[in-house]
Amino acid sequence: MKKYDAIVIGAGHNGLANAAFLAKAGLNVVCLEKNDYIGGAAVSRELYKDWKYSNCSYVCSLLRPEIYRDLELHKHGLQVTPYGGSVQFMENGDYFASYHDPEAAHREIARHSKHDADAYTRYSTDTMRQCRLIRDFLLRTAPDPTSFKPKDIKELILLGNKFLELGEDRLYETLRFWTMSVADYLDEYFEKDVVKTAFSGSGIIGTALGIHSPGTAYVLLHHYMGDVDGNVGTWGFARGGMGAVSDSLAGAVQAYGGEVRSEAGVDQIIVKHNRVKGVALENGEEIYAPVVVSNMDVKRTFLNCMDEKDLPENFYKRVKNFKIRGSSGKLNIALDGMPTFPALPKGSELIGNADMHFIDSMERMELAYDDWKDGTWSKDPYIDCTIPSAVDPTMTPPGKHFMSCFVQYCPAQIEGRAWTSEERDGFTKSVIDQISNYSPDFKDLILHVETRTPQDIEDQIGITEGNIFHGELTMDQLLFNRPVPGYAQYRAPVNGLYMCGSSTHPGGGVMAAPGANAAREILYDLKLKNTVPENFGDD
Amino acid sequence: MTPVKINTGRLRTPFYPRLAELDCLNTWHNWAGYSSPEALYCEDMEYFAIRNSTGVFDITPMTKYRITGPDALDYLNRLVTRDMRKIKPGRVAYAIWCDDQGQVIDDGTIFHLREGEYRLCSQERHFAWLTTAAIGFDVSIKEETVEIAALAVQGPTSYSVLKNMAIDGLDALKPFGLMHHQIFDTELMISRTGFTGDLGYELWIDPDKAIDLWDALFEAGKLHGIKAIGTHALDLARKEAGYLAPFEDFLPAETTVRTGRTRSPLEIGMEWLVDFNKDNFNGRRALLKEKAEGSNWRLVKLDIEGNKTADHSFIYSQEKNNSEEIGFITSATWSPICKQNIALGTVRTPYGKPGDNVWVEVYYQREMHWNRVMAKATVVDKPFWFPPRRGATPPAPF
Amino acid sequence: MIDKYDAIVIGAGHNGLVCSALLAKAGKKVLVLEANNQVGGAAITREFAEGYSASACAHLLYQLQPQVEKDLNLNLKLASKNMSTIVLSKGSEHVSYCGSKVTGVNDSDQKNFEEFTKRMTKFADLLKPYLNKAPPRLGTKNKKDLFTLAMLGFDLRRMGQVEMREFLRLIGMNIYDELDERFENPLLKGGLSLDSVLGTHLGPRSPNTILTYLYRMAGKHGEISLPEGGMGSVSKALSDCAEAAGVEIKTNAQVKKVLLAKGAATGVELNDGTVYNSEIVVSNADPKKTMLELVGARNVETRFTHRVDNIRMKGNAAKLHIALNKLPTIKGFSDADYGQRILIAPDESYVEKAFNPAKYRKSSPQPIMEITFPSVNDDSLAPSGGHVMSAIVQYAPYKHKSDWNEEARNNFKNAIYNVLKQYMPDIESCIHAMELLTPVDLENEFHITGGHWHHGEFTLDQFMFVRPVAGSAQYQMPIDGLYLCGAGSHPGGGISGASGRNAAQVILKKGNK
Repeated sequence: MKKYDAIVIGAGHNGLANAAFLAKAGLNVVCLEKNDYIGGAAVSRELYKDWKYSNCSYVCSLLRPEIYRDLELHKHGLQVTPYGGSVQFMENGDYFASYHDPEAAHREIARHSKHDADAYTRYSTDTMRQCRLIRDFLLRTAPDPTSFKPKDIKELILLGNKFLELGEDRLYETLRFWTMSVADYLDEYFEKDVVKTAFSGSGIIGTALGIHSPGTAYVLLHHYMGDVDGNVGTWGFARGGMGAVSDSLAGAVQAYGGEVRSEAGVDQIIVKHNRVKGVALENGEEIYAPVVVSNMDVKRTFLNCMDEKDLPENFYKRVKNFKIRGSSGKLNIALDGMPTFPALPKGSELIGNADMHFIDSMERMELAYDDWKDGTWSKDPYIDCTIPSAVDPTMTPPGKHFMSCFVQYCPAQIEGRAWTSEERDGFTKSVIDQISNYSPDFKDLILHVETRTPQDIEDQIGITEGNIFHGELTMDQLLFNRPVPGYAQYRAPVNGLYMCGSSTHPGGGVMAAPGANAAREILYDLKLKNTVPENFGDD
Repeated sequence: MTPVKINTGRLRTPFYPRLAELDCLNTWHNWAGYSSPEALYCEDMEYFAIRNSTGVFDITPMTKYRITGPDALDYLNRLVTRDMRKIKPGRVAYAIWCDDQGQVIDDGTIFHLREGEYRLCSQERHFAWLTTAAIGFDVSIKEETVEIAALAVQGPTSYSVLKNMAIDGLDALKPFGLMHHQIFDTELMISRTGFTGDLGYELWIDPDKAIDLWDALFEAGKLHGIKAIGTHALDLARKEAGYLAPFEDFLPAETTVRTGRTRSPLEIGMEWLVDFNKDNFNGRRALLKEKAEGSNWRLVKLDIEGNKTADHSFIYSQEKNNSEEIGFITSATWSPICKQNIALGTVRTPYGKPGDNVWVEVYYQREMHWNRVMAKATVVDKPFWFPPRRGATPPAPF
Repeated sequence: MIDKYDAIVIGAGHNGLVCSALLAKAGKKVLVLEANNQVGGAAITREFAEGYSASACAHLLYQLQPQVEKDLNLNLKLASKNMSTIVLSKGSEHVSYCGSKVTGVNDSDQKNFEEFTKRMTKFADLLKPYLNKAPPRLGTKNKKDLFTLAMLGFDLRRMGQVEMREFLRLIGMNIYDELDERFENPLLKGGLSLDSVLGTHLGPRSPNTILTYLYRMAGKHGEISLPEGGMGSVSKALSDCAEAAGVEIKTNAQVKKVLLAKGAATGVELNDGTVYNSEIVVSNADPKKTMLELVGARNVETRFTHRVDNIRMKGNAAKLHIALNKLPTIKGFSDADYGQRILIAPDESYVEKAFNPAKYRKSSPQPIMEITFPSVNDDSLAPSGGHVMSAIVQYAPYKHKSDWNEEARNNFKNAIYNVLKQYMPDIESCIHAMELLTPVDLENEFHITGGHWHHGEFTLDQFMFVRPVAGSAQYQMPIDGLYLCGAGSHPGGGISGASGRNAAQVILKKGNK
């Protein structure tokens, strides 16, 4: 039996970040991981010999630079390389690309629509304005608008002022942006279907919503608000795969004297008299600490690892009804070489270096969602396909490649029951076939495929329904509503128990902000000096 | 289908082969996707070509739109702040256009080519705004940037150079006038416009005839000191003329993220371009309100004492008390022709009235070491450089 | 002849009539100009087959704001009031609800329904005062705006922490999840889903459908009634009231354009060239028609034009009128049941699936319907023995892929028959005549852009501060003296009269300054 100052359940990136800041404050911390590898959904796994698979999350931009810098992640092996560009393959044999260079990007949009090429200026300005607004609140705790505590009121005023600074006209635009659908939002800027389609993907990645669902414009931000070295909206590859992020965070934990233990799955959170005592592991071992932080999603934390009687009735009900829906699947593919894409010109910089999508109309995007609503995978899915090995030489043997296909939509269950193996094959096939339509040699290059339905993700790393954000990013589950109204400040309704996963503000993506924010609140409660860095501020 | 390949590098204008031949410095930069020379052989000499003989600058990358249709005039009149009804065929208008909040989107020139046919020319691209503005008008807007090659021919001998090309009617061409001339089996458009504040012309032609035009022009200018020039020389000349550059002296509203960083025409000294007698134009209501309530900012032309260039300097209302910071410099240079230390800047109202004195904090470097001075500056009303030859019609053969 | 009025109201829809009556009561000389040959706009009763009449567009009254009735001393004759809603089952296990009571469901659903309606009523009551005044501007330093906003905040807080949190959680949410959380009975969930999506381009899964439901409740807590003589009699009552107050109403007087000088309204010109002068022009037409057609884009500014052009207002609701020889058989129905509001929405995903094709500009193969037999309690509508069925049918998108050609119309008609037959097996033998009005027909008949009943989708991005468009939510358009008073302005559609009343208040306040 061991005693710690704090136990963090789950060595995902948020758990590790949380543990690192607690350890930095001098606490004796252990971070427990059920699997025999750490990282949760930010991992690099050798699932095929000599290949590293970023088999869950696959790109990096949201990771807060404040955390990166403060925990000196570069010293623990993290290196993020920006990559640019994307391409949308079209049914008519053409393509629509976006390039890193603004002039090339403009020229390419203009090839499809002159209007849209120029409209892009205003689109990116307006969207950037929204990003700037939200970015300032990523490393802050969401204030409770129903509270009269000075801390909440101060934060509310800050929030209010930030909005007021926008001025009247932009305030209205913000109000609309936060509530409208990504399709309607794009309609206000662009005319060409393929252009809108290309931008719409970011509005639905990881959600159980379609491009026409109100609220999806906001989801754009969750894909735009990141940055690589101050270039907001740019994405990057973590050298060595996403596991490098987790490994570097674990390195930071250990450097501050914390412990990271794998193969230590938590069975139960021990509560006595409304106070957390520690955790009981699956192997029967008990570990005690006055502070327990859960990096698991809220459903898993409160419904699986706790007794209903230890929780307030309303809270329990809200957690039960918390929307955390499996809507995305993943295919990880080892390739014998770089596939060819006949639609692209020979030697195009896009090959391998761009996000590839094989869908070209808003109608197809929405139809993909209708399949999901019917309880099945999209027969004509939206795939976000990257080949990180084209940029990162450490992923595969030279000349070989690793392809990551994020697939939207893919339900946690088929029509309310478990997936059969035929259905898994059907899902795999619909993805591979769609890509093959644009790459004739693709199938022949495949050495190994790992298919991950939401159910697989849940089974392996524990996220309920494999939801990449640990909960839908809808208005009723954002900011002070996340995860549960009244419990949006990382504290669970049991003394000493905290939440630090993506179910909490500001939500999912490999951001590490929830972990850091939770650490700040814990240290506040323990009356210890805050070790969590402040927002850089965008000025 | 064969894969479409777009040029993902820099484009070259039709004059590029000639510019490349003359280029000794290999300093090119991006202008709207085109390679444009910063300087070709010597920045200083290129500048003096503008003021002393003739400088030729390739302005092909300027964004150009052709606006036609029965409502073309009404459309433009709603678009820009000045009254376009006063711009007759054969005339050119410098104009500014705003959004509904009265914030400047861009400035540019509008050429009334023929009755009901216009060309709008600007630095930035505005096709989306222009088409949105066309809702409810019977008008056609066509981008024609690549269809027209253009040269600015600027300087005191520019008239003589063109005269040598046997262009009839050049004598009568007034500032902001335009004329057409048949040459190389095509139509050459000549406008008496420019960005240097000096006597000068701009020539507009079919890109296929661009090289012919260049060669004829340089042949005609051989004895008049004609020189090709780069952006740096032009930029110096425009500051002396008090002309504004977007992204330096004002920000196009559509590209501005932060609230309060845009400017209204009244705030950048362009009130003379705003005609409130028109029934309706973009920004009218907001500008009327601003006029009644007062502007926040004022653009100032500064004559700064001493000779230390005031790039990026803060402006103060007093010499000693730094808390009275009232604005900053947006463009600055030493003027070789006026022998003045000049700058454009933006200050908060009520500061910066013509004749006022302000203080500019200048940092300058000499042999690695940085120094700081507070230099007194006077707000001036008129352009720093406004030679009589600029307006003379017919111009004298200098 | 040049007449001069204090105010001219374009369109004698119910909001235009309310607005004109209130202006006249305050002593203004008001002229109302109506394009059609009778007043009422979309609230009219007209014959659709010889001897058979129906409310040609809106057919039920549930949102008429009590303040409007009070201000105008309206006394409406109702053929039936406090109607129940019956959600049809294919058998005879229909579910019926009225107020907070529901029958045909199990105990837990009954209990939950009571709780649900109680909470929704409370939230609707919270919104109500704000629906009955001009929305404040945001981000200004104007004291009145700040006060209204502060009051809204105060009202929210006064509900208590638990309720306020629930309100903030629910306001952007979809009805589907909320119903799924609470109820078991599919018919109940189907019926409430329909209530939330009627007249919108939303499915029950679309976030925002709680708001549309609340809006529905904000009139009289969802209490439904049927005016005697159809909707036309509501308009008649309103126009009587207006005329009594001195309003001059001209029908067959279609306005061609709003006349302007120096950015201010000076009057209107009719199609026939007649000119009427007034420094105040109030338009009951929808914002697109008003600003882009009657005023003309060239007379307003570009971003404003862009915003108006972007208002989402493509209708999805079709109107079906059937002249019946006799009432069709519905299993398990009593005579009284025919006089209620009858829904075909067997479950939530049926409603959602009906919505799916609308996204692709196709009509629902299995539509949802809100049906009334107004003739049951009002024999003025049909010859004796005969009956009238009036139904709203969704989804029938305005921009149909085939532009509503003959084939598309027939397909939709067949889809409607097929659905009706499942619940009313003998319906075909009862039909004497029928009329189907797609949104395109509604646009043509009622001059509403897109045939959209609410003059614009009712979603958070077109609600309150930003309805009809950002910066112009206070009825005053960016033309001096020009106001909107129709459903396109705050708060929105339905026979509520709130827009007309709020607009009148704003105009009168301006005048008194």
